[in-house]
Amino acid sequence: MDLFSDYTLRVVALGSGVLGAAAGALGSFAYLRRQSLVGDALSHAALPGIALVFLLTGSKAPLPIMMGAALTGWIATLLIRAVVRRSRVPYDSALGMALAVFFGIGLVLLTLIQKRPDAAQAGLESFLFGQAASLLREDVIVMSVLGGACLVILGLLWKEFKLLSFDSEFGDSIGWPMRRFDGLCTLLLVVAVVTGLRTVGVVLMSAMVVAPAAAARQLTDRLAPMVGLAAAIGVFSGVTGAVLSSMVPRLPTGPTIVLVLSTIVVMSLVLAPDRGLLWRWVKLGRLQPAAALDPVLMHLYALAQQHPDDPDHGHGVGVLRTMSPAGADIERVLDDLSNRGLVHSVGHDLWAPTPIGRREAERSIEAQSKVAS
Amino acid sequence: MTPELEILAIAIVTAVAASLPGTYLVLRRTAMVSDAISHAILPGIVVAFFFTRDLTSPLLLLAAALTGVLTVVLIEALISSRLVPEDASIGIVFPALFSIGVILISRGASDVHLDTDAVLLGELAFAPFHRLTVGGVDLGPAALWSMGAILVVNLALILLAWKELKLATVDAGLAALLGFQPLMIHYGLMTMVSVTAVGAFDAVGSILVVALMIAPPATAYLLAERLGLVIGLSAVVAAAGAVLGWAGALALDVSIAGAIATASGLLFAVAFLLAPRRGLVAQARRRSGQRLDFAVRMLLVHLLHHEDMPEAAEECREEGLHRHLGWREAWTRRVIGKAESRALIARRGELVLPTEAGRHLADDAVIGFSG
Repeated sequence: MDLFSDYTLRVVALGSGVLGAAAGALGSFAYLRRQSLVGDALSHAALPGIALVFLLTGSKAPLPIMMGAALTGWIATLLIRAVVRRSRVPYDSALGMALAVFFGIGLVLLTLIQKRPDAAQAGLESFLFGQAASLLREDVIVMSVLGGACLVILGLLWKEFKLLSFDSEFGDSIGWPMRRFDGLCTLLLVVAVVTGLRTVGVVLMSAMVVAPAAAARQLTDRLAPMVGLAAAIGVFSGVTGAVLSSMVPRLPTGPTIVLVLSTIVVMSLVLAPDRGLLWRWVKLGRLQPAAALDPVLMHLYALAQQHPDDPDHGHGVGVLRTMSPAGADIERVLDDLSNRGLVHSVGHDLWAPTPIGRREAERSIEAQSKVAS
Repeated sequence: MTPELEILAIAIVTAVAASLPGTYLVLRRTAMVSDAISHAILPGIVVAFFFTRDLTSPLLLLAAALTGVLTVVLIEALISSRLVPEDASIGIVFPALFSIGVILISRGASDVHLDTDAVLLGELAFAPFHRLTVGGVDLGPAALWSMGAILVVNLALILLAWKELKLATVDAGLAALLGFQPLMIHYGLMTMVSVTAVGAFDAVGSILVVALMIAPPATAYLLAERLGLVIGLSAVVAAAGAVLGWAGALALDVSIAGAIATASGLLFAVAFLLAPRRGLVAQARRRSGQRLDFAVRMLLVHLLHHEDMPEAAEECREEGLHRHLGWREAWTRRVIGKAESRALIARRGELVLPTEAGRHLADDAVIGFSG
């Protein structure tokens, strides 16, 4: 494997890994706070900042560009917050509007840049879809420092952010400055998003925030393992995607990383122990017959009670069907019940409970009345 | 028509067409679905293009619209699995679909004119080059016709399903109870959003579609209370944003799509600040009015309390009132002025005393508190 020998590849993989770790860890908090799409708004809102810095300084040095991106992203989150707090425009509308309008401003600025005589603007497009191959050593150094700083601050303010995610009102009530923590948490996410723009691009950055957290959430119910797992998934997808895209020609980095991530999300949704779809399906399959048996038996028992002196008085399938929820497979349930010796057929499509079935039904009623009292 | 005017016409028609379903998205709090759909239609377009090898084929529109509906189905499936919350479901589905589209393009279609920049950003300036000709007669830009058709269809659908849409938007539970099938209405609306996004993307790009669908309705939502009025106003705001953006883009020679998005954002900002009842300025004025009104009542309560008492000569003297009430002098003077202009107090020598109306108001305030 030339991951360890190829210099460019190493730089690219390192950059993507740093991004995956920072976005995955901070994305977990956004995910838990139902703000998953804020990453999408942020990354789009970074475009005017990038363009503005380039327009003013003419440089593409990573630090100023990232600072510009972070600045406009941050402004966008402040505006979203102001609009939601001071008007009746819903959160998601404010988010979508900030995203599209800031991106529009960015476009206007980009077209201004394109008119400049110096052709140095080439490369700014890489911010749209990401171009990990164009990452330089200095880019990765800046990314690592910023991403690392985010993770360190996250570690220092762990319990504050935990409280923010689960019970912000309680934090308010004991006098913690929750709004400041909220702002700080968002600011860290801004920084994490900004570090990834060169690699994944504006459009797909939101997936780096949401997907690792969504996958990790399926695998654990505790915060620390979730954040750790999300970061690990972010690193894995970042590195895998970057390596794949540099080995296969004409395979853009951002989309490749996102597809690796999406695969992991789907796998964890299906396979997650105890919670995943497969698991749930197996559990339901086990429970469903048992759950469906009882009501039909109970209905039949209730009907039989109307004929106390004729225990073998038959009742039609049609009656049972009208008593059951639409679409229930009454015949199958009756077959199951008769296999278990609880009901027996007393004529064509006519059924009655057996003595065992009657006893079962009585026991069930008794149990229910105990629960009720 | 000159190309510039044709661009303006396309911009206005597109903006109005997008604002119609957009109003419902904003009111139903599903605005971000427009972002998801406008991105996720990309793979549909690409796959259809591989089959037809023709960028103008109507099959592309069909495929894209179907992909838009598929996006919504996938998002709904994720939500109903209850494993992932709604916002994260959106954030997972559309980047995946969009990534598939981008990869398909760069692997298979990079030799033709179907680049992702064009899909994302659009280029309104090129729209007039693509013309609709029937039997050799030039009927104008194709985008104007397609968006015009979408506008008419959107309008017709909204008028036809007016009460269903309204009920499902305002009270989905009641709609379900009355047998209106809110889920069907939801998918119908999402189909409308998909078709509109598809029609608009090649003229204005997918990001501007989002701006056009959300910003004008959100602006109108700050200005009007009734659904019909919100929809009408959002169409007007959308058209105004298109005109403003177009003029700005021509003046500065920049991206028209970007300028229209910017103008729509500016119009929202103006409404956010200055809307007659809901704007920030109106809110601030209302608050300061309430503050003054409350202070007037407190002044009256104070005067009523000490009137005819031995200490009245001191407590009701205009000179010292600010000390007794713990107010700043200038503010006290303003409150007294306000109360006097409303004939709630009258001066007698150095004293300030409540009038009959003032006494009523003070009684009212005290009873309001104690009762």
